[in-house]
Amino acid sequence: MTELRATTIIIGVGNESRGDDGAGTATARLLKSRITSDIAVLEQSGEGTALMDAWRGASRVILIDAVCSGVTPGTIHRVDAAATPLPRSIFPCSTHSFGLADAIEMARALHELPTQVMVYGIEGASFDEGVPLSPAVEIAIRSVADQVQKQVQMADFEDPSSST
Amino acid sequence: MKNRTIKVDYLARVEGEGGLQIKVKGNQVSEVKLRIFEPPRFFEAFLRGRHFSEAPDITARICGICPVAYQMSACHAVEDAFGAKIPAPIRSLRRLLYCGEWIESHALHIYLLHAPDFLGYEDAIRMAKDHPDAVKRGLRLKKTGNAIVNLLGGREIHPINVRVGGFYKIPAKSEFVTMGEELKWARDASLETVRWVATLPIPDFERDYEFVSLRHPDEYPFNEGRIVSNRGTDIAVREYEQHFAEEHVAHSNALHSATKDRNSYFVGPLARYSLNFDRLPSHVQDAARAAGLGAVCRNAFQGIIVRAVETLYACDEALRLIDAFEMPDRPYVDVEPRVGSGFGCTEAPRGSLYHRYRIDERGLISDAKIVPPTSQNLRTIEHDLLDLVPKNLEMQKDRLQWRCEAAVRNYDPCISCATHFLRLEIERD
Repeated sequence: MTELRATTIIIGVGNESRGDDGAGTATARLLKSRITSDIAVLEQSGEGTALMDAWRGASRVILIDAVCSGVTPGTIHRVDAAATPLPRSIFPCSTHSFGLADAIEMARALHELPTQVMVYGIEGASFDEGVPLSPAVEIAIRSVADQVQKQVQMADFEDPSSST
Repeated sequence: MKNRTIKVDYLARVEGEGGLQIKVKGNQVSEVKLRIFEPPRFFEAFLRGRHFSEAPDITARICGICPVAYQMSACHAVEDAFGAKIPAPIRSLRRLLYCGEWIESHALHIYLLHAPDFLGYEDAIRMAKDHPDAVKRGLRLKKTGNAIVNLLGGREIHPINVRVGGFYKIPAKSEFVTMGEELKWARDASLETVRWVATLPIPDFERDYEFVSLRHPDEYPFNEGRIVSNRGTDIAVREYEQHFAEEHVAHSNALHSATKDRNSYFVGPLARYSLNFDRLPSHVQDAARAAGLGAVCRNAFQGIIVRAVETLYACDEALRLIDAFEMPDRPYVDVEPRVGSGFGCTEAPRGSLYHRYRIDERGLISDAKIVPPTSQNLRTIEHDLLDLVPKNLEMQKDRLQWRCEAAVRNYDPCISCATHFLRLEIERD
């Protein structure tokens, strides 16, 4: 169990100056205050090569990012990305900004993807500059933090339900 | 031969939303339209009424891959309006930051966006399964570029450490020295990149372009110089709008640029290289020659080789700048605002980026004009396709479509910048 924890990494992705785009990094900050073990909790912009570097060598990675798929704000999408590619309808790829979904697929092609990859997408309402997190997203952040905390406290976070 | 249409609804491996429609009647191309449906973003209007100091940060948001270019052109334009003089050590650090953006942007385009065209893969992820070492090299190169932007710009995406007059904060010399170690690897890897792209099956397709880029008395251009062309243009940046104009076209949300006599022109790596080959260090020239390039390159498909040569140059120049690093007395110089207009043009990875601002007595921007490289290249891309399609009509439709898409990607177009621009349709009735 200790060995597993030592190779677990949690990465919150986003830009806090763009409203709900900061959901991933806000979740990471909340988790930093709760998780006192040696699990690394990182905040990143979502640039793909930096993500691939961050999870290189880890046996499991948990990623949290804001998404904009058109469903009710605060909805939590959960995808077991070790088993299946991220659905492009929820996590679109942007070519010039080599992002999260591209990084996961590239790492998979290069055999550099950790064995376990869980991605949480928090549906945002507003991605405008300088606006605070939406109330529904604040609630979702706490819920995702609870779920992630529970996962890392278990020796194995494999979950049969791959998506919600 | 019957008439046909080649149609790509949504062009992949370009930034932003656009499509391409080509109509062919017999052996003649009757129409080529790069349709830009990404909505316009009105950045020039956002800038009106904002303080001059906000221009670098607001315009950096136009593009996720070339924010440094926007920051540099904005700073130079504002400083031009105020007659500010930038000390040599700050100027050198601006060049270093620009090296980071060129390495990052060129590595991404070479390995992830353009190489799959020549090797026959739909995308870089499929290519990575067969060419893992090349892709790993490309990703690490990109990361080296990111690291420079991160160090000097404060973060990889939309850097925040650039201000009119210089930088908010300059990292310690030791941090540059540490980065130098990775840059030595990057210089070797970029030379390997030049050799690798030279082996790709690149189509023969030369056109007599009007190349436009900056030219500096001593340097391969990033931030400064006169705007020159191979057809005799040699002007100061402030004369840009007397020689080049933008116009609306019905099928595009991006403006099209042309010379005042309405000719298309070419900005970007091919233009820069062809107008400034003599400004490259001799060992970079040697690498270009060994890869099959002359001092002038008129084949837009060889843009991938030129980008690799420029990546080698950028790594080399970054190492030189780090070696000669001199900590400025202050991270920035104070500027004295005054009423007037300022002009800036710098070399973004995909070509010349022009900014003009008018600033009022309160230091507020009363008028702004931004001309990104992609809008300057749109007409040239359409002209390339008008020439390319008739020469390749014997191709199967899917192969011709592939070739046309690759021809668009020769320009590494950034539609997001230009609307502030791709799907492909080739129609044969």
